[in-house]
Amino acid sequence: MEKPLTKYILPDKDPLDFAAYSKEGGYAGVDKALKQMAPDEVTNLVKDSTLQGRGGAGFPTGMKWSLTLKNPGGSGLKYLITNADEMEPGAFKDRYLLEGNPHQLISGMIIAAYAIQAQKAYIFLRWAYKKAEVILKKAIDEAYKAGYLGNNILGTGYSLDMYLHSSAGRYICGEETALINSLEGKRGLPRSKPPFPGTSGLFGQPTVVNNVETLSWISHIVENGADWFKKLSLTGEGGTKIYGVSGRVKKPGLWELPMGTPLREVLMDYAGGMQDGYELRGIIPGGGSTDFMTPDHLDVPLDFKGTVSAGSRLGTGTMIILDDKTCPVAFIKNLISFFSAESCGWCTPCREGLPWTDKILQAFEEGRGKMEYLDTLSFHTRYMGPGNTFCAHAPGAMEPLQSGLKYFRDDFIRHIHEKSCPWR
Amino acid sequence: MLSPHEKEEIQKEIALYPYAQAACIDALKVVQEHRGWISDEAIRDVAEELSMSVTEVDSIATFYTRLYRKPVGRNVILICDSVSCMVMGYETVYKRISDILSIRFGETTPDGRFTLLPISCLGDCDHAPSLMINNDLYHDIAPEQVQTLLDRYK
Repeated sequence: MEKPLTKYILPDKDPLDFAAYSKEGGYAGVDKALKQMAPDEVTNLVKDSTLQGRGGAGFPTGMKWSLTLKNPGGSGLKYLITNADEMEPGAFKDRYLLEGNPHQLISGMIIAAYAIQAQKAYIFLRWAYKKAEVILKKAIDEAYKAGYLGNNILGTGYSLDMYLHSSAGRYICGEETALINSLEGKRGLPRSKPPFPGTSGLFGQPTVVNNVETLSWISHIVENGADWFKKLSLTGEGGTKIYGVSGRVKKPGLWELPMGTPLREVLMDYAGGMQDGYELRGIIPGGGSTDFMTPDHLDVPLDFKGTVSAGSRLGTGTMIILDDKTCPVAFIKNLISFFSAESCGWCTPCREGLPWTDKILQAFEEGRGKMEYLDTLSFHTRYMGPGNTFCAHAPGAMEPLQSGLKYFRDDFIRHIHEKSCPWR
Repeated sequence: MLSPHEKEEIQKEIALYPYAQAACIDALKVVQEHRGWISDEAIRDVAEELSMSVTEVDSIATFYTRLYRKPVGRNVILICDSVSCMVMGYETVYKRISDILSIRFGETTPDGRFTLLPISCLGDCDHAPSLMINNDLYHDIAPEQVQTLLDRYK
């Protein structure tokens, strides 16, 4: 089984430096793209590969690049940004890639920037990723020294500068337009779309924002081709995926597996199944803003379509396990408290609705829940659902709640009847 | 007033952007690095340096959770309270730390040695429960390890 993304990530070892990664052919994709391919050829290749964004939304990457305005006005600059602001509860895959193989990301960024003809690239890094910050700074310096960044890269006439920006800590900055505002030194509030960043993004110029895992693919695709990428998967959605499992399993961790690997295989074979004395009750498949799946969904292939067919989303592919010794209401409340605290406050449904939801769930936990509160919670899931808020923050928060009300309704009712949390 | 060192570091950040205001968050981080937190005076200094209004800089400083608008202790403990850490028992770790230091989330010990804050998520979910003290990440924390951990920070 090929594991292109994690092949050179060695546990408890420093990542390969520029010389070592180049010796393994790590920058061959950059050489090929910049010397042998026109920018549009690179974009078309990524389109052909069917690569979908790995940050959670799954938008086709090549399509996103091709929607970037060709001839910008103003300063004429274009920007590429790596979204490395991983802060979704339960998501931890990008840290692994950033700390384990920074040159894989940087080489992918150079090619992506070339494809859209960006002159400047930023890595927007999660504040808490201190180790990754040190590693990335060193790797960027190495790439400059080797002539892969700066003026006239490899003598091709193409120039690119790369900067590392450590964030100041707000979850909403993972939303691409909020990220752009934050990179401009402003409050990280989402922007109204259109215009989309491809037309008017950072400093008003055409901008592409891609996730770490997405950009880590690019040099491999350029080097090996679209068909190679497509064949890596078990389903029609190309590539491998870095899946993660946290919670009461025997071996929590991350594994690079073919896209479409069944949930059962990830959970039982790789994560080792549940810890002794714990039963599986639910799975949040891709970070805290995805709907619960249940033990009935164990045979679902973990790809974009498969998870949707199970009423959820692939999201980040890093799943959180709900066991039978953890209160489902408290589990959902923890997520809602997070989303409530992290609401930027820009639009009323999110600013007011999330704290309200949090208070209702607190009432359940304290034995003050009432049957009519179940209807109020359902009401919230609809009115903070897609289309009713400025961005996807509140709709994402509603996903575990709406599916939790469906699958764990009896547990909510037990809280009401017993006038306390049965798990405490 | 900004020190020469602070001014120099802020100017380096400004050079990375097309206009000075874009370096606002970085400038606030520079000040915090030197002074531990961002006072009203510091907000005024940064506003002047970047030709921004005081209100504008304050609105940015209060938006980001890792910019401190109140003094913090010499060591800041960030306990991950995200769902993975909850499932794996962060609450018992929090209780142990809270009992030893006699402070709760949002508080600082009277001697200024520690400030205790929640954070979500540290991106260390497979090693939950996790916490950070200053820039150091600790994972798979058991309550009985807490005292030894705290002893490292004076």
